[in-house]
Amino acid sequence: MSDMAEPLAGRGGDLGSVTGEAVLADVASGVARAEARVIKPKPFKPRQLLGALGTHAVLVLTSIVCVFPVLWVVSTSFKPERDTFSTSIQLIPAHPTLDNYIHVFGDDNHLFFTWLQNSLIVAISTMIIGVAISLTGAYAISRFDFLGKRGLLLSFLITQMFPAALLLVPLYRIFLELGLLDQAPALIVAYATSSLPFSVYMLKNFFDAVPKELDQAGLVDGLGNFGVFWRIIAPLTLPGIAVVAFFNFMNGWNEYFFANAFLQSNTSLTLPIGLHTYVFQFGANWGKLTAGSVLVTIPVFILFVYAQRFLITGLTGGSVKG
Amino acid sequence: MATLAGDVRAGRQKPNWLRTLRKSYFPYLCVLPIVVSSAALVYYPLLVGIYYSFTNAVQTNFGVPALNIPPTFHLNGLHNFQDIFFGNDPTVDRRLLFVQTGEWIVLNAIFHFLIGIGLALLLNRKIRFRGLYRALLIVPWATPQFVAAYGWKYLYNRQYGFFNLLLGSFHLPQVDWVGDPNIALPAVIAVNIWLGIPFMTITLLGGLQSIPTELYEGAQIDGAGPFQRFWNITLPLLRPVAVLITTLDVIWTFNTFALIYIVSGGGPFHRSDTIVTYAYEVAIQNQEYGLGAAYGMVILVILLVFTLVYSSLLRANEGVY
Repeated sequence: MSDMAEPLAGRGGDLGSVTGEAVLADVASGVARAEARVIKPKPFKPRQLLGALGTHAVLVLTSIVCVFPVLWVVSTSFKPERDTFSTSIQLIPAHPTLDNYIHVFGDDNHLFFTWLQNSLIVAISTMIIGVAISLTGAYAISRFDFLGKRGLLLSFLITQMFPAALLLVPLYRIFLELGLLDQAPALIVAYATSSLPFSVYMLKNFFDAVPKELDQAGLVDGLGNFGVFWRIIAPLTLPGIAVVAFFNFMNGWNEYFFANAFLQSNTSLTLPIGLHTYVFQFGANWGKLTAGSVLVTIPVFILFVYAQRFLITGLTGGSVKG
Repeated sequence: MATLAGDVRAGRQKPNWLRTLRKSYFPYLCVLPIVVSSAALVYYPLLVGIYYSFTNAVQTNFGVPALNIPPTFHLNGLHNFQDIFFGNDPTVDRRLLFVQTGEWIVLNAIFHFLIGIGLALLLNRKIRFRGLYRALLIVPWATPQFVAAYGWKYLYNRQYGFFNLLLGSFHLPQVDWVGDPNIALPAVIAVNIWLGIPFMTITLLGGLQSIPTELYEGAQIDGAGPFQRFWNITLPLLRPVAVLITTLDVIWTFNTFALIYIVSGGGPFHRSDTIVTYAYEVAIQNQEYGLGAAYGMVILVILLVFTLVYSSLLRANEGVY
């Protein structure tokens, strides 16, 4: 089972990309083969031309469907408020303006910046704690045999499917008792823990791909267990660590369910919940909502591009391959 | 996930635990943070949740720790579960919620897979602009889910939404996308289909590209047509991938909350709620904590049963290759 499933589970994460040696090799060879196929010249056939036209038609249509809602949000964010309530279709704003952005930044005593600060605190803390905890755990699981390892892995297997709805009420109660409701730390620990199974599993795959002979060489040269990890394993698996960090950051930045349940006062909201007030609390303000949405999405888009570059390094650099 | 199962089984083959225990305390130190945090924030809450699901806990008897008001709720047997499956609530048809959840999962899974495999097959051909198409298809994935949901909420707006403006420009009757009890659920399903296409397409494309070309060349020499090649090579070799990602897709789709909550609010009359969004409404908006916890248990049991069935499917696959 594991042989067939391993590469896919790697792609199955929210990043949808690559974990572990098997996948790296797998995808790399797939890509190489696909490129080799492209180069091969082919004689011209009218039936193939029709097929190619059909293919492009379908792909163009799908691309439009995929991109359009996002473009519409971007376009709306540059429209003056009266045009967001217009009854004619404006793909490109007829009267482009930055008013919505100015309102988002300035309204309610710069509340947006408070939300931004909350979101950054939550996402960055989640990232640091999530990576720190899962690094050591994944290293131990990858490198050592110890009592309870099997039970630990089994428990991860099960908790991976725990729906957030199951833990909602108990966590609500626990945070209420600890006085942590409406506070960032509650979200941070909840997020860091909920992404642990994914983080540990992903890092373990990357660690497994580093040959154990390197550890032994390090030990012979006088590095301790920690030295081996810090000087040999960690540098070699940097792409994997970056992917896990990215995943944890995204989780903290985007999470909606717990944040919506635990946060109450206006000044403690994170961005996803804060934006909600633009459309529900005081009647819909689509201009502000879309402008805020664009601002929230930009850093995630940049990180996505950045993380993808790391993944490609992992593919082509060969440092991770055993 | 599957690898974990593999490792778990591999671990069983090394029963020399007494020696490994003595060998070193270092690994235990390494896993301590995971164990402690999981215990505090997953396993303890799980046990508390099981307990709550058999109580009549609501906001008024839940106590207020800050004011030293103790909780006064008590065990009430299977009452919550009886409510979930057989209860008669005038505001919501609780049995219909299960049907809606089924529609939500099945329709999403089917369309995700069919569209995903179709696009993956197209993108696997030697065509121009492949990189561009691939990049554009990823956009719904790179967008935060709640942003996409806000965007679609605006597209669906009855008066100013793009879809109704488009219908209006063709002088067609307008549709109350998320306000009509019969249309709201299909409308939110459409959003989730849109959201899930990139993941399916990219993973299936990866699966397609890892199938050795020699197999196709050999089949072509043996006189197999395109359909035969697809049926006898592509599909069987893609099956493990397909089973796994469909399972992940089902679990994620089942647990979806923000999208439904933002786009339709589960309404009108709970007709676009799933049991997950309804559990949230019960627990947080109505503050019926016991009933909310019971819904959590029901959701967990459904996921466990589904995963057991899935893993036995996967095991049945194992022998084939």
